[in-house]
Formats: sequence, structure tokens, C-alpha cells
Amino acid sequence: MRYLPLNEIDRAQMREVIGVADIDELFADVPGETLNPSLNLPDHQGEFQVETILGEMAAKNRAAGAGPFFVGAGAYKHHVPATVDHIIQRSEFLTSYTPYQPEIAQGTLQYLFEFQTQVAALTGMDVANASMYDGSTACAEAALMAKRITKRSRVVMSGGLHPHYASVTRTNSELIGDDVIFAPSSPDGQEDILDFIDEETSCVIVQTPDIFGNVRDLTPVAEAAHEKGALLIAVVTEIVSLGALKSPGEMGADIVVAEGQSIGVSLNYGGPYVGLFATRQKYVRQMPGRLCGETMDAAGQRGFVLTLSTREQHIRRDKATSNICTNSGLCALAFTVHMSLLGGTGLRQLATLNHEAACDAADAFSAIDGVELVNTSFFNEFTLRLPRNAEEVVEDLAQRNIIAGVPGGRLWPDEEEMANLLIVATTECVTSQHIEAFAAALKEVL
Amino acid sequence: MSMNNQGRPTRPETDDMTNSETFTGNRALQIEEPLIFEGGDMDGTGVDLPKPKGSGNRLGGLERQSNINLPGLAEPEAMRHFVRLSQKNYAIDMGPFPLGSCTMKHNPRLNEKMARLPGFGDIHPLQPVSTVQGALELIDTLATWLKELTGMPAVAMSPKAGAHGELCGMMAIRAALEARGEADTRTRVLAPESAHGTNPATAAQCGFKVDSIPADASGRVDLDAFREKLGPDVAGIMVTNPNTCGLFERDIRAIADAVHEAGGYFYCDGANFNAITGKVRPGDLGIDAMHINLHKTFSTPHGGGGPGSGPTVLSEALAPFAPIPYVVSGKDGFELVEKRTQDEGQSFGRMTAFHGQMGMFVRALSYMLSHGGDGLRQAAEDAVLNANYVLARLKTEMTPAFEGTCMHEALFDDRFLADSGVDTLDFAKAMIDEGYHPMTMYFPLVVHGAMLIEPTESEAKQELDRFCDALLSLAKEAKAGKVGKFKAAPVHAPRRRLDETGAARKPVLRWTPPVSDAASLAAE
Repeated sequence: MRYLPLNEIDRAQMREVIGVADIDELFADVPGETLNPSLNLPDHQGEFQVETILGEMAAKNRAAGAGPFFVGAGAYKHHVPATVDHIIQRSEFLTSYTPYQPEIAQGTLQYLFEFQTQVAALTGMDVANASMYDGSTACAEAALMAKRITKRSRVVMSGGLHPHYASVTRTNSELIGDDVIFAPSSPDGQEDILDFIDEETSCVIVQTPDIFGNVRDLTPVAEAAHEKGALLIAVVTEIVSLGALKSPGEMGADIVVAEGQSIGVSLNYGGPYVGLFATRQKYVRQMPGRLCGETMDAAGQRGFVLTLSTREQHIRRDKATSNICTNSGLCALAFTVHMSLLGGTGLRQLATLNHEAACDAADAFSAIDGVELVNTSFFNEFTLRLPRNAEEVVEDLAQRNIIAGVPGGRLWPDEEEMANLLIVATTECVTSQHIEAFAAALKEVL
Repeated sequence: MSMNNQGRPTRPETDDMTNSETFTGNRALQIEEPLIFEGGDMDGTGVDLPKPKGSGNRLGGLERQSNINLPGLAEPEAMRHFVRLSQKNYAIDMGPFPLGSCTMKHNPRLNEKMARLPGFGDIHPLQPVSTVQGALELIDTLATWLKELTGMPAVAMSPKAGAHGELCGMMAIRAALEARGEADTRTRVLAPESAHGTNPATAAQCGFKVDSIPADASGRVDLDAFREKLGPDVAGIMVTNPNTCGLFERDIRAIADAVHEAGGYFYCDGANFNAITGKVRPGDLGIDAMHINLHKTFSTPHGGGGPGSGPTVLSEALAPFAPIPYVVSGKDGFELVEKRTQDEGQSFGRMTAFHGQMGMFVRALSYMLSHGGDGLRQAAEDAVLNANYVLARLKTEMTPAFEGTCMHEALFDDRFLADSGVDTLDFAKAMIDEGYHPMTMYFPLVVHGAMLIEPTESEAKQELDRFCDALLSLAKEAKAGKVGKFKAAPVHAPRRRLDETGAARKPVLRWTPPVSDAASLAAE
């Protein structure tokens, strides 16, 4: 039991100081017949044995880096510099707590302040919080925030919003009795969402690039929303896109939520990730989540603290802006370190490489007989219409060690017209050999 | 000759130097570090990427025109920046971190190594299920351990943190009430005054009204007051057990029976499950739902505030309403249920985009396999033993909030500081100068000037003795009237006390360039 420092002599001495003869005297309040149940679990094991068991499970999975890999739709395979993982494993970051004692947590607080600044700059917004669980829960929180600001209860969601984000947002908004309206999906990005916005609308939620990969101009949506007194919530699931694209802030968004995983965080089969949340200065007191702010110490030196905590559950309890307590601190650190290495210049280069890979792949795949490129615009992800069921094609390609993308049936299980769609993502990790291998295999299986 | 506290001689003339200011503002190993934006090269980058070919533009005319204005640091600059920042943090790996209710136990590095295996860290939530069978096996195995340890029949794995787990449990309760046609009539949720703030916040987020139950003189739920509050409009009760006073709710089965008789459900906040893991199964006590903080009980790192992970166990009554997606064992291996139509359609829906905190699942299972059933029980016993040892040693100078022994955390009030001029905050800040992270302060709310100390099982007896000696010494100093020292504390930390009121009055939440720089950036 290598994690337990006490030995039997210590335990006996300590029991004596406490004044109990047996440890179970300290569990006297537990109903007797329920104490010390027999458990059908193995006994403790050494490191090597544990590594063997978990190593065998890991070996059954096809890692993204083990060959051609084109899966995106909300999580992306990017290269993470070695420095990032080293920094986040430093004891002082890894094994510290929420910075409630700021005098001995300036390390955490300063990187959160840097993180907030980076997120605000990327999204083109005034302020950002210190992170959320992930992009989808940030999206749900944004809808609740829009309700608090507008005092209205109708959420309008674009058909180009990631269906899982839409589903999470609906789960949360319907709980408090809000109407949730879905615009129909338009895989070509030519969606007419303006008609859905009316005087009852609290917010309209639009993703760019959307789930099909289309780059969306949010300016007309922002204008229409503001005209009716509603807020525009912009969703970005691929944060690297902001190295190439106009920021949502420049297009008039009131709240921007994003998945930050692409910068600094591994795929991790869906989590932990890092939700980004940014808004206009005037809405800052309605924001969910922790915020880090600058201040002075008693000696007049600059320092940082968690601030505006009167919004939060540990102070406001049932009147809080959100029940959220934990954020995604360590993933926010990974984001900050990676972004500090990239800088604006590196992010632009990275975005360009991603886009060029997508252009090459889209040209190569849409040249295949029967395969149609659905998009009119895209960043690093696009949608193909295949001549047969895309879930089957993905399985066939997986047999050939090519992980081809996300089939429509996986995201819209009940919509027949989506069944032949395949969403394909390319990052800087996709090589021309991968694209050739994909194209050759796709020809074989169609 | 003067002596230091280890009995070694010191030279008085050098003592005069300790308060002197340095040219740099640095103090030896404590190095001042500017923000990355102050002096970082706005055109630089610390990554080497292949040259773009300059081909193709399908961005739909929405290219970014504005500058991003974020510096890119060369690798040595970045490394030094973040290492210097790290040295301004306290951490479990440096010493006791006795934050009550937060459970700062040792984070084994084997867990980190396992989570970084490419087969776990480098797999995508939407790649074909046939290519991630080992991942589903891991989730299923962890679920089996959690069900066995809690005695519950089902577990929802997707909640991202403790509060998200609470939301999961309360959503399941709401869905169950809807299925019974009682969602509109059962709108009140009972929660003790001593509850974590997340409990009332979660209930409110689910559209429930929150009704507070007082504590009795022993620090537990006042059973009579609770019974009086039961009625046909009660949806359920949220109780932390062991509770936030560090006490086991000895009437827990009576509470469960009463709330069930009244037609409500029992949500148990599992934040303190680490005290009873392997000792008693919450399922044997009559609960309907409980989240488990993998980052408390099962040693996944807190990481400066997250990520957490909050799998939520559910009773037979609530299991049909569990969120999607979830793993099932099928005839051709493991399957993932991702759509409502795959089951009876009773699921309350989706809580998060993907499958929860896989990275935390790997770490937690690595910890469980290492400890085994026997080790987990021993860990709970040691956690309780350590807390009671601290309680026994400190009660000579400090005032326990309640009589008798405790579970995994020892709760004190501020009576021992009465008339000293020193308050709980001052006492906590003085601990910082002694090299300790303070305990949880002013929580739970039911105790005046609360100090909640949770040592966890990770502390050796010697370490606890040093910690107790330090606190006893501080308590004596406070009583002896050394107020000035406490009011000034901390003086040896990287920063003195920070002005939190000022920070909230005029929030500065991001760096902005100095006016002259801003003008030149705009001119570019």
C-alpha cells in the first residue's frame, strides 16, 4: 500500500492519543449491520501489475497518431509541443487547488489572467472567464446567461450547431421551462435563420465553422438579433480557425463560447477539455464561472485574485449565476502554454496549414466518382455526400486502418437524409500520404 | 549569540538584512515575473511549422484582417516564465494541504503515466466504436468498481465535475417525477444549512425551490425539523454524508425512509465519500443518487481548480433516466448507447458533448487497482484516524465545534480566539507564514468562524505532529495578544494580503496594452 505512510505502530500510538482501542469506534455512527461490507474487488497490486492491466486495455484502441486520421466534429487531433505537457505536470500546478488563498497561488492566478487575455483576444471580445468544463456545457450556460440578461425564454438554435451542443443546451434550458427552437439543418451552409428570431427570443445560437464545416458570416444574424432585442451566441468548436477567420466579436456576437481542446489538450476520448467563455464588458456580472482579476497587495505590489465571486454558488447559493464550482484549470494552463508558444503569428501559420490540408483533401476526395463536396466554404473540415451509407463506409475504411471522419448517422441517428454524409477534418497532422491513402481506399469501398 | 529555532547559532548582524529591498524585487528563489504580454515579441513564435504552400482559399471571404496581438515566446522563455509562476504556488507535493471538504490527497504519478498512453490519451470520442473497445472496457470496469463500492445498481459516467454530478442526479429526479406526472406539484427540495453552495444552486438550476433544514446541537440534520418540512410538494432531499461538519449522519436511514414515504427522492452529496469508501455502501443506507468526485476520493489531481469528474450512481428508481451516452456490453463486445431511441427513450438527455472525463477515469482506475478493495478501506480508515488525531491534539488550545470524534475532517470554531483580536482569516494567513496551506475557512456556515481541517490519509504521523505543533503555537500566540503578527500575515509569501474588495469594485480581467503601445498597434 505504497500511497499510505502510516504503519501499524503509528496507528496504535494515534489511537491511544485519540482514546479508542479499535478504528471502528470512530465509525460508531454508521449503522452497525452496514459497516465493513464484503467487497467483490481484488486486493492491492504493484505498479507493474497495474501498468500491465491498463496497458492491455489501451492497446485495444486505435490511437489517432497511428495512421491516417480524419475525425473532427468538435475535437481535433493537433500536435501539442512537449513543453506543454512538462509544464502541466509540475507539482505546483498539478497538485494545487482552486486559488482561494491568493498569497500562495499567484502562479495559478497569473496564468488564468493570461488565459483570459488570450481568449478575449482570439474571440474579439472584451472579457473571458477562467474556463468551463467544455464547449458544450459553456454553450448551455450561455443560453442561461442570455435568459438572465433579456428576461426572455425562447432559445433559437441554428441547424449548423453541433447536435450534441444543441442537445446539452436543450437539456438545460428545458429544465427551467424555456422554449427551444431548432432551425432545420442546411449542410451547404445556406441557412435562413433570421425568420426564427422574434420579440420573444432570448438568444440565437450559431456555430462557425458550423458542424458541416461551412464558414458562417455572423454579421447579418447579429444585426437581426439585436433589432429584436435578442443576443447572438457564437459557438466555435475548432478554436484554431480563429487564426484564419474573422473573430465572432468583429461580427457582433454578444457571447462567444468555444471548445479550446485544439490548443494544448489531447483528444482524451472526449475529456477533459476546456470550455472558453467570452462576452462584452457590460454583461460581465451575469457571467457563469470563475474570474481572475488584477489587484494590489498590502505592500503595493501587483497581484491577482479570484473576483466577482458574489455571482457564484459558494456565496449566492440558490441565487448564483450557475451551480458551477470546478473549472478546467489544468487544461486552461495547457492552452495558455501552447498559445504562448504559438503567439498570434504561429496561430496564423497553423491555421493556414490546416486550411491548405483541407483544400487538398476536399479536391482529392470530391474528384472520386459519386462523391460530392457539400460545402461552399470551409476551414479545416468539410462534408462529403457519399453514394452509400457513410457509417458502413467508415467501418470499411477502419478495416483498412483509415479513420475516415464522422458519419451523419452518428450525429443525426433519426434523420435519413443525413445517412450518406461524411464529415472530414484535416489538421496539420494530416499528410499528403494520408490524403492519398484515404482517396485510394475510398475508391475501393464505394 | 542568538539561535534559530533549530538551536543553531545565527549572526545578529545578518538579521538586519532580512527586510532589505533588492534592486530587482526578487528574493532569491522568489523571482518576480511579468505577464507574457509585457515585453513578449508580438511577431514572434516559439513553434516551427512547415511553410504554407500559398494554395487555396475557401474561407468564404471571412478572412481575419485584424491582428491577433498575442506574443509568441521562444521555448526557453516560455519554460522559464511558467516555471517561475509555478514557484509562486503551494501544492500537495510540498506539504499538508488540509482544506476541509476538498480532500487534497497525494496524486500518484502512475495515474499520469497511464492517462498518457496513446491508447487512452490520443483517441477521439467519435471514432468508430470498433476501434475503441479498450476505452469502453475501461469505462465499464471503472463503473463496476464504483457500483461495488457504493452498492448501487447503476452509474452515469458523463458528469464533468461534482456539481455537474449533482445536476445529473437532480435531473434524474426531475425526470422520474415527470414520468410520475408529479413534476408540477413536487417543486420543493430540502437541503441542510450546512450544505455545499452547489446543492442549492443545482436545485435552483433544475427549477426547484430550496428549503433549508436547520442543524441540531450535534451538528447533524435536525430530524424533527426535517419531518415537519415534508409534504406532498417535496421532490427530494439533498444531504451530504459524512456531512460538512465532518460527522456521519447517524439518522440517515430514518431520513431516507421518511423522504421515500413522503414520495420524494434522496440525493446524497458524495463529496466526502473518501471517509467511508470500503467501510459502508451508501446503497445500503437508502439513497437514490450520489455523485462521486474522482478528484477527491480517487486521487485524480485538482490541477489548480479542475478538471474534475463526477460519475453519479443511481438507484433502480432513477437508473432509467440516466443521461446518454453510456456503455453496454453487447454480443460483439462493448457498445455505446448514444441516442434516446436505442433504449426505452426515458433518458433525460445529454449533459455534455461526449463521454465524460475519460482522462480522469483512467487515473481513478489506476488508483483503484493499485489500492485494491483492501487498500481503499485502509485509506478511509487512515483518513479518519488522521483527522481524529489532529482533533485530539489541537483541542487543548483550539475549540472543536462539536463534542466527540469526527470522520475524515476536524471542525473547529473561533471561540478560542474570543477577545484576542485575531479572527479566523488572520489565523489562516499566519499558517501561510509557517509553510502550510490554510484549512477551509468560514465553512460550513452553521459554525461561527469555522476552520475545517482535512488531513487525508496521505499525511505521515510525523508530518501531522509538526503541523499540530505549529497550530498550537499559533493559538497560544493569538491568546497571548500578538495581534500585530496575525494582522500583518502573511509576510513571507510571494504576496502580502491582496485587496479583493478593490478587485471586485473595478474589475480588471485582462491585460490591455499601455496607451502608447495601443496607438502604435492601431497604426499598423
